[in-house]
Amino acid sequence: MPRLSYRKALNRALADELARDEEVFLLGEDIRVAASAVTAGLLKRFGPERVRDTPLSEQAFTSFATGAAMAGARPVVEFQIPALLFLVFEQIVNHAHKFPLMTGGQCAVPVTYLVPGSGSRTGWAGQHSDHPYSLFAHVGVTTVVPATPADAYGLLVSAIRCDDPVVVFAPAGAMEVRANVSDPAPVPLGRGRVHRAGDDVTVVAVGHVVHDALAVADELAGEVSVEVFDPRTLYPFDWDGLLASVARTRRLVVVDDSNRSCGIAGEIIATVVEQVRLHAPPQRVTRPDGAVLPFASVLDRAVQPGREQLRHAIHHVSKDG
Amino acid sequence: MTGVDPVRLYRTVRLIRRFEERAIELVRSGHIVGGIHPYIGQEGIAAGVCAALRPDDVVAGTHRGHGHVLAKGADPARMMAELCGRVTGLNRGRGGSMHAADFAVGVLGANAIVGAGGAIVTGAVWARRRRGEDLVGVSFLGDGAVNEGMLLEAFNLAALWRVPVLFVCENNGYATTMPVADSVAGSIPARAEAFGIRASVVDGQDPAAVHATTAAALARMRAGGGPEFLEAQTYRFDAHHTFEHTVRLDYRSAEEVERGRSRDPVRIAGSRLSATDRANVDADVEAVLDAAVAEALAAPEPDPATALEHLYASGLTARTGGG
Repeated sequence: MPRLSYRKALNRALADELARDEEVFLLGEDIRVAASAVTAGLLKRFGPERVRDTPLSEQAFTSFATGAAMAGARPVVEFQIPALLFLVFEQIVNHAHKFPLMTGGQCAVPVTYLVPGSGSRTGWAGQHSDHPYSLFAHVGVTTVVPATPADAYGLLVSAIRCDDPVVVFAPAGAMEVRANVSDPAPVPLGRGRVHRAGDDVTVVAVGHVVHDALAVADELAGEVSVEVFDPRTLYPFDWDGLLASVARTRRLVVVDDSNRSCGIAGEIIATVVEQVRLHAPPQRVTRPDGAVLPFASVLDRAVQPGREQLRHAIHHVSKDG
Repeated sequence: MTGVDPVRLYRTVRLIRRFEERAIELVRSGHIVGGIHPYIGQEGIAAGVCAALRPDDVVAGTHRGHGHVLAKGADPARMMAELCGRVTGLNRGRGGSMHAADFAVGVLGANAIVGAGGAIVTGAVWARRRRGEDLVGVSFLGDGAVNEGMLLEAFNLAALWRVPVLFVCENNGYATTMPVADSVAGSIPARAEAFGIRASVVDGQDPAAVHATTAAALARMRAGGGPEFLEAQTYRFDAHHTFEHTVRLDYRSAEEVERGRSRDPVRIAGSRLSATDRANVDADVEAVLDAAVAEALAAPEPDPATALEHLYASGLTARTGGG
């Protein structure tokens, strides 16, 4: 079976969608030369009308994409660093997301915002290392965080075909993951995936930490039977899929590489405890409240959720009850 | 003064004026909740600009946007229904005064965020021209918007990519209560000229002058000349927002307001018609608005169960708030 890297999976999804639909076009900074490698080869194949390098003017080109989408196009905007989403939060949330309702259904705004290299890139420090997916889930913008090459391909394709704005966070920690993918195919938005079945604890892992959760689950295999659930889409969330898992295990740990307060981990726990009587209080493993990633590697790692914390949390919920 | 019927210009100016006056009455009687930003005094700009547009051209307005929507051809009855929050409104009661949109006549929507329309209309025009259509766009903006970074970024994109958008700055002297002299460093047209965009200045109180200047700019744009900028100098006769009718904001003198009102676009446009033509237009506008108000007030309110309808074009449904 052919090996496919996560990065190449994103590239292939863009190429396939550009080829499939004339209304798809890309825009973003340094995409001509493919600074992130995600747009590699696309300018040569599709030309500058379809692969538009933009000046450094994030707010205007994000709203330009909104206008183009309202006129029937399907823009994909690539952001080179996750912090740029803070700059264009207004354009996405207050315009792209709100126009369908505010116009009474007169328009759709099918824009995809692609963020390759979200989260810590180790050594990129405070302003380049956030992972702000919970903000978009909070406001109700479709938010996906693929963990594997097959999901990166399949979810990006579905995002581009979706009639609503979709933010695709490709975690830096997943960009180099490779897997055997024989036939990449669309993956439906809003549907989670059980990577590993288990009976004692459900671990919900978001994005690249899925791989940490799988490693920890393997380590603990003789001791605790861990089910690893990857929501893949944070909004809309696959509540049915998760509740089916937790209804069996009755124990829940969430691992999420974003800030604790008002993060997606809190939402997952709240929803589960509203509906399922658990055997033990659920646990979450996240970045600290309000975290800013420090520069030094040891400090950077200290702030991100690690395998040791996850092991500890699994033991904690397993002992209890 | 060429190329446009003075009766048509007067009718549009008069329609907007009386629409606004009727809307203020409905604010005071409680039928329009949330108030409005009256366009009174600035009608000549929307009337003059939109008279030069084709039906397929697109416009994006401002939070003071009723005039743009009406001048582009939206149905006054559906517009009034929208302001009253009725299901028959242009936006099915989901948008209201600051978000009125009518895609059927090329109105991409009023926008309540200052300066936001510039990039949106640039993207919309670019996407449709890529498909082979030869339309142009107009982005209306206020004097406050020229200090917004996003708008200046939009100038850059439109100029670089030669997207035919006319940026129309309605300089009414105030950004809410902030006088232009205290808020704009340099000159307003120079903002656009810095990006290589041709800029013109026109008396916004004279709709015929606005029309002539706009028509010339649009002809250059349609011939491939790229975006243009128009500063229309005007004056807002009424409040920034109807909330000013209940609070006293002290930011301009009675003498200044009187001086501004002395150049009334309704009077200027009307002076070019015979008394008979003017009376006919006035009667016609009154009849249209009587019907519009009656229809709006008789229309049903939306069903509360549909409050989140249209939230997602993909058909996604949101979880309820619980409880």
